[in-house]
Amino acid sequence: MEKFTTLTGIAAPLPMINVDTDKIIPAVWLKTIKRTGLGPALFEAIRYKADGSEDPDFVLNKEPYRKAEILVTGKNFGCGSSREHAVWALDGFGIRCVIAPDFADIFYTNAFKNGMLLVKLPQDDVDKLMEDAEKGGNARLSVDLERQVVIRPDGEEIAFDIDPFRKNCLLNGLDDIALTLQKKAEIADFESGQKKTTPWLYG
Amino acid sequence: MTSPKTLFDKIWDSHVVRRDADGTCLLYIDRHMVHEVTSAQAFDGLRLAGRKARRPEATLVVADHNVPTTDRDKPIADDDSRIQVETLEKNAAEFGLPYFPLTDIRQGIVHIIGPEQGFTQPGMTIVCGDSHTATHGAFGALAFGVGTSEVEHVLATQTLIQKPAKNMRITVTGSPHPGVGAKDIILAIIGQIGTAGGTGHVIEYTGEAISALSMEGRMTVCNMSIEAGARAGLIAPDETTFAYILGRPMAPGADQWDAALAHWKTLPSDPGATYDSEITLSAADIEPLVTWGTSPEDVLPITGQVPDPAAAKDAAKRRSMERALEYMGLEPGTKLAGIPIRTAFIGSCTNGRIEDLREAAAIAKGRKVAPGIRALVVPGSGLVKKQAEDEGLDTVFTQAGFEWREPGCSMCLAMNPDKLAPGERAASTSNRNFEGRQGPGGRTHLMSPAMVAAAAIAGHIADVRDFD
Ligand code: SF4
Repeated sequence: MEKFTTLTGIAAPLPMINVDTDKIIPAVWLKTIKRTGLGPALFEAIRYKADGSEDPDFVLNKEPYRKAEILVTGKNFGCGSSREHAVWALDGFGIRCVIAPDFADIFYTNAFKNGMLLVKLPQDDVDKLMEDAEKGGNARLSVDLERQVVIRPDGEEIAFDIDPFRKNCLLNGLDDIALTLQKKAEIADFESGQKKTTPWLYG
Repeated sequence: MTSPKTLFDKIWDSHVVRRDADGTCLLYIDRHMVHEVTSAQAFDGLRLAGRKARRPEATLVVADHNVPTTDRDKPIADDDSRIQVETLEKNAAEFGLPYFPLTDIRQGIVHIIGPEQGFTQPGMTIVCGDSHTATHGAFGALAFGVGTSEVEHVLATQTLIQKPAKNMRITVTGSPHPGVGAKDIILAIIGQIGTAGGTGHVIEYTGEAISALSMEGRMTVCNMSIEAGARAGLIAPDETTFAYILGRPMAPGADQWDAALAHWKTLPSDPGATYDSEITLSAADIEPLVTWGTSPEDVLPITGQVPDPAAAKDAAKRRSMERALEYMGLEPGTKLAGIPIRTAFIGSCTNGRIEDLREAAAIAKGRKVAPGIRALVVPGSGLVKKQAEDEGLDTVFTQAGFEWREPGCSMCLAMNPDKLAPGERAASTSNRNFEGRQGPGGRTHLMSPAMVAAAAIAGHIADVRDFD
């Protein structure tokens, strides 16, 4: 997994609430058997017009946001379907960090599994960052995961909380399947205990 | 004495392989269901790392999302869909996983076939790369959706790295009026707590109105827990649950039944167990419900009117309402009953079970679908389809002018040819009215199977209570 340590980049404002994963990547794109190539389809329904041309009003079609690496958005981002394609599409576009008041649970986990940092902040702080993002290219945000701060263009630092396990995985780019496989013996012990207490689970 | 535990706590605690100091747990997963849309990349990951599936026999594989609901004797016409289904078949064979092919009568929507086969049992941990895995919570199993990376993790290790969720209890007291069913109950709950109301929680549903539901109804309720933001829903197992499981192909056999039953009876929450949040609704207050917007929380009684964004409580909500109404092509103040539809869809993992089809057929019987309306009935599995045919429900539907289809997810997410055209309005028994969910530009109104049947016959959204 790709590491995430610090990031300084253009932040795109998307002041919408309850952005669902169908909106992030519509179902027709889920027919792929790969993780890559979904960037152009990110937010397809609101990013392109019916004739397939870009909608100039959509934030990611405007300069400098075409190069956005951070997305600032409203509450309950990523709700709905479990599709990890939503994360792959954001990543494919170049977004490595999303900042919002909160996220839907499955999306939250999926992002971290792909080296993407999601920052939860109180609405007031998100509002400030949304204003910064609206200023465009002169207003780059920085995110420092080690120190757990978002740094505004004026230098103000906003601290955020994050689960220590997720932080560690992201900072070190750890493959958690490999980590779990180191605990194989414990898993086998659990299974033999379960075979005795609830044998019908083993046929 | 140990402190009283909830159903969730009991299942969780009995599946912890290892607990780290910060509370992160390695959680054992008893059963894993796999479908074509969220698994190909996981199998690739396993192959790349040279890993195997740890417990193939604890896994069940089926294709449902992409499959056509007509012409099933022919190859799938859409290339991408066909490749995805073929990839699933190859992966199941390569990793030695049990697979129900499209030609098997047991094929169907993953959340319908698990319970149907007895694969789903109380006290289990169950996952699937699909958010509606919450459905299986109706059996008192801790069941939740995961992404593709976690699918890979479960295949390789039969575990997940998780932190425990919080406990929420939703009690639905009393009994509902005629015309109000499980779908209305869960829509009422979502309307009350919102689509993020359950985030970080597992919801346990209790109360007379819940206990009185059949397993099918309980599955409808638990299914939409995710639309309330909760990762899982739970209903304590009881005699209704046990009677449903007994004798199913993958259920504990006669030699193990008594031991299993004794264990299952220990699962319900202890008296005095505490919850992080509690909500109570009265079933008698619930009317048949319909969504008007593009989020499942945008729900109102059939007697209501399209709301006015000007009355929204904050600017963000107002903007999202304005956008929803524009997308839906609706004006504030329009009565919900009477909004013309073009399509009616009965099916999905929310409402594609036998009882749902009976409920819809009871309204359709002896009536006709209104002229110009496309009405689809898509049974949730081959076995549901067969049972419905044995009961003559297919004839009721076809005589009324509904199309009777092969099982799959179908128009619930429009990955197969069943989809809405831009601007087309549907009454649907599915679970999501998101923009574009049933086809780009499509407009979805969620409601119960009886209400969808009523809408198909009336040609517009209608009150099922007017159809005796
Ligand atoms: S029926 Fe709909 S919600 Fe259920 S699994 Fe299929 S696509 Fe998902």
